[in-house]
Amino acid sequence: MAQGTQTETGIGAQVPRREDRRLVTGHGNYVDDIRLPDMLHLKILRSPCAHARITRIDVTKARSLPGVVAVFTGRELHPITPPLPVPPATLPEMKVPEHHALAIDKVCAVGEGVAAVVATEAALAADALALIDVEYETLPAVVDPEAAVAPNAPIIHEQIGTNIAYRFQFGDVSESLAEADVVVRQRMENQRLIPNFLEPRGIVAQYDVGDEQLSVWVSTQGPHLVRTQLALMLNMPEHRIRVVAPDVGGGFGGKLNVYAEELLAVVLAKQLGRPVKWIEERSEHMVATSHGRGQVAYVQAAARRDGTLTALHLRIIADLGAYQHVLTPMAALQTATLITGCYLVRKLAVDITGAFTNKTPTDPYRGFGRAEGAYYIERVMDLIARELHMDPVEVRRRNFIPADRFPHTNPFGHTFDSGQYDRALTRALDMLGYEQFRREQARLRQEGRYLGLGLATYVWRAGFPSVPPGMPFLIAGWESASIQLAPTGVATVRTGTSPHGQGLETIFAQVVSDNLGLPLDDIRVVHGDTDAVQYGIGTMGSRSVCNGGSAVLLAAQEVRQKAMRIAAHALQVPPERIVFERGRMFPKGAPERALTLQEVTRIAYHGVDLPDGMSPGMEVTSYFSAPNFTSPFGTHACVVEVDVETGEVKIVRYITVDDCGRAINPLLVEGQVQGGVAQGVGQALLEGALYSEDGQPLHGSFLTYAMPTATELPMLEMDRTETPTPVNPLGAKGVGEAGTVGAPPAVVNAVVDALSPLGVTHIDMPLWPEKVWRAIEAAKRRTP
Amino acid sequence: MQSPHTAAVAERGAVPKVGISLRVNDTERAADVEPRLLLVHFLRDHLGLTGTHVGCDTSQCGACTVLLDGKAVKSCTVLAVQADGCEVLTIEGLAQGSRLHPLQEGFQAEHGLQCGYCTPGMIMAAHQLLQRNPHPGEQAIREAIRGNLCRCTGYQRIIKAIQHAARLRLD
Repeated sequence: MAQGTQTETGIGAQVPRREDRRLVTGHGNYVDDIRLPDMLHLKILRSPCAHARITRIDVTKARSLPGVVAVFTGRELHPITPPLPVPPATLPEMKVPEHHALAIDKVCAVGEGVAAVVATEAALAADALALIDVEYETLPAVVDPEAAVAPNAPIIHEQIGTNIAYRFQFGDVSESLAEADVVVRQRMENQRLIPNFLEPRGIVAQYDVGDEQLSVWVSTQGPHLVRTQLALMLNMPEHRIRVVAPDVGGGFGGKLNVYAEELLAVVLAKQLGRPVKWIEERSEHMVATSHGRGQVAYVQAAARRDGTLTALHLRIIADLGAYQHVLTPMAALQTATLITGCYLVRKLAVDITGAFTNKTPTDPYRGFGRAEGAYYIERVMDLIARELHMDPVEVRRRNFIPADRFPHTNPFGHTFDSGQYDRALTRALDMLGYEQFRREQARLRQEGRYLGLGLATYVWRAGFPSVPPGMPFLIAGWESASIQLAPTGVATVRTGTSPHGQGLETIFAQVVSDNLGLPLDDIRVVHGDTDAVQYGIGTMGSRSVCNGGSAVLLAAQEVRQKAMRIAAHALQVPPERIVFERGRMFPKGAPERALTLQEVTRIAYHGVDLPDGMSPGMEVTSYFSAPNFTSPFGTHACVVEVDVETGEVKIVRYITVDDCGRAINPLLVEGQVQGGVAQGVGQALLEGALYSEDGQPLHGSFLTYAMPTATELPMLEMDRTETPTPVNPLGAKGVGEAGTVGAPPAVVNAVVDALSPLGVTHIDMPLWPEKVWRAIEAAKRRTP
Repeated sequence: MQSPHTAAVAERGAVPKVGISLRVNDTERAADVEPRLLLVHFLRDHLGLTGTHVGCDTSQCGACTVLLDGKAVKSCTVLAVQADGCEVLTIEGLAQGSRLHPLQEGFQAEHGLQCGYCTPGMIMAAHQLLQRNPHPGEQAIREAIRGNLCRCTGYQRIIKAIQHAARLRLD
C-alpha cells in the first residue's frame, strides 16, 4: 500500500491539536452560544413520579405570565408531534412501546416531560413551569429489573402486557457445566451510569417559512443521523433540513439519540414561526439523557483443574428503563458477543432478558455493551484463579487466543482481527515489577496493610462494520471523506464523522499531510454541517479513525494518483515513472524537473491539456466500508490500598499497555486512554445512578452523582504495543473506549485481591467505602 | 419544584431592574439587570462573552470560573449585582492580541483539553493558582483544580499543561 511519511506532521507524529486555539481563547461555538433574532426559549415540566396517571393538568396561570408565548400539554401537542424513534423489532419477543415527546396520560419515569413552555427568556419559561398544576394518581413503580420480569410485577405498558422487552437465547452448555472439574458462579451488577459530558445537551431550531427550510444546531454525535430521522419523523423533505453540530462538549454515546426535547424544539419552531432554543440543565440531564450500563449478570464458568476455560454461561437481565431508544437493545447483545474476552472459549451459552423499569431509558455510553462483557470475564478469570489456587496471570496466559491464531472466531460468531495479548500483559507486568510487588504485598499484609493488584487483559470491538444483526440501518459501517485542493493548492477535507473532543481536525489533517506532503496549516478539516459535508454516519463506537480516517486516507491517495498522472502528462513521461516526494512530483532520477502539488493543482483547474478522459479540478470523495470490526486490546494493572477500618480505596498505581493498532497521533491516543480510565475508575469507585424503591432518583445533580475529580486519580504509567489491524488500510483499531473497558475490572480485581485474605470474593460496583466495609464485615462473619 | 423566588416573581410579575457598572476584561460595562441575574448569564447573555460556560446548576463543575477582583469564583454562584463596582477577567481577556497567555499555550502544547467545554474555567482556576504559587507541584495543582470537573482528560494532561505554563511564566 502506497503510503506516507511525506512530512514530519504525518501519521505517528505527536503534533498539538489544530482545534485548540479557538477553545482555549473562549471562541469555541457551542449550541448555547448561538443566539438568533427573535429566539424563544423552551423549558420542559417533568414528572416527579416514577409511575403515575396524569389526572389533570392546569396551565392557565402559566399561559398568562408575561413573556410566555405558548404552553402545551402532551395531549395538546400530540396531533402535531410524531412519536420518537424506536429500534427495529428484530429480536425474539421484542416489544417496542410508543414513545411520545411529552407524556399524554401516563408517566413511566421521573423526568418524563409532561408540559412544554416557550417564553421570550429562559428564566421566564422556568418561572412558568412553577405555575403549572399537575395532579398525578401514582401507580406502583417497578425499579429492580429482576423484580420487573418476575410474575405479578406491576405492568408498565398495559398495552404490551409484560415488562419483558425482549428475550435472546443462544447455545447450551449444561453438559459442559455438569462435567467440569470446577465451576465458578457469580452474580455481578453493572450499575447505571450517567454520561455527564460537561456540555449538557441543547438545540436551536429555526424554520424559514419562505424557503421551507429547517435549520437545526444541535449538540450531537451524528448530524446526518439527526437529519434523516427528523425527515422520517416529520415526513419532511430531507433536502430542506440542515443540521449542524457546532463545537460539541463531549458525548460518550449519550448524544446519539434524537431526544424528546430536540423533536419538541423543532416542532415548536415550526408551529410558532420563531427560532426555539432548549438547553439542558444538569439536574435535567440526570433524568432526561439516557443512562449507560444497567445490567445484572449471572456468570457460570467451567474450567479444568489446570485453569483451562471450557464453557461459559451468561445470563443477563438488562435494565432498559421505561422506553427503548434506537440502540437500547444492542447493549446486552454486545456484552454477549464479547463475553469470551481474549480467551479461547470452546462453549458458550447466553440468555438475555430485556426488562422495562420505571426509570430513564438506557442507551450507548462509552464502552457500550463491551465494557460490561470485559468486566464479567475479567472478574471470572480471577475467580477461577482463586478457586484453583492459581496465579491470575497464569490462568490468563493458559487461555489467551495465541497471536498466531488470528483471525479468530468465537462461539458467538464474532471474529477477532489480530492480537498479541500476552505481549501486552508481559509488558504491563514488567512495568509493574510483578514478583517484587507480590513480595511487597505479602510483607505489608504482615503489617496489617491491605494492598491488591488487579489485572484486566481486555479486548473489545470498534470500527463497526455495516449492519451487524439487530443494528438499525442508519448506523452503517461505512464512512465518507472528500478532499478538495483549491486552485492555490490548499486542502479542505470534509468528513462525515462528527468529532466532539476526539481531535479529528488534527488527526485527519495528519493523514492528509502524510500522503500529500502538505503542511498542517494548508489543511482544513470541515465536519458537522450537513449542508457543508457529504453524507456520513458520525462519531461513535471508536469508529471515526478506523472508518472515517480510512476514508480520508483513500481520498488522499486518490488525489495523489490524479496529481501524479497530471504531472506525468505535463512532464511527458509515463505515469509509473513519476515519484511523489514531499509534495513534489518528478521523473525518477530527475528531481530538478519537479512540479509541486500547487503547480499540478493549477493545471488541474486550468482544465486544458489534461490526460485523456480526466476531469478538471482537484476534488475527490471516497468511501470506506469496514468489512469487520477491529479488536483493540491491552492490559491494565491497578494497585490499590484498602483501609479495612473505613473501607476506603486508594489507587496507588495504574499501569496501561493499550494496543489500538496504528496510532495516528500518540499524544491524542494517550489522552483518550487517560480520559477513559478516569471514567472507568468512576464506574468502579464512585458513580451510580441509583433509585429509591419507589423510583425516585437518588442522583439528582453533581451534589449526589460523584465523578472523579483531579484528586482521585494517580498519574497513569503508560505504554502501548502496536498490532495493526488488517481490517482497514490505516491499520487503526480505535481507542476511545479502551479506558472504560479496562479500568472497572482492573480496579475491582485489585480491591478483591487486597481483601482476599479476609475472605472477600466479590463486591459490586461502585466500591463506595461503606460497601467495601460491609463486605469486609460480612466476610469476617463467614470466616471467624 | 417551585422556589420561593419563582413563586414571588410569578405572583408579582417582574422585579424592578438594578443598575450595575463593572470592568470586564479592561472594558467599562454598565447595564440594568434583574436582581436575580447570575454573573455568568450577565457575561454570556448581556455581554456576549460566551467563553464562560455553564456545566451544572449546583456550583460543582467550575466551567463558569472567572476572576472577580483577582479571585477565582464560580460565576454561577455570584449575582451580577454583587459584581457591581468589581473587576472581572474572563477567558476572552487572557490573550494579548494574537499572543496566547502561557496557560492557553500550555493547554494546547500539552493536550490539556479534549472537548474544550471545561477548559475556560479550568484555565481561570489555574490562573489563580499560578498567581499564588508560581511553581506548583503535582499535588498542589490537583488540589487547586478539584473544584473544576473535566469528563474527557482524566486531568493528567491538564496538570502537565499547568506545569508547562508555570515554566513559560518563569522564563
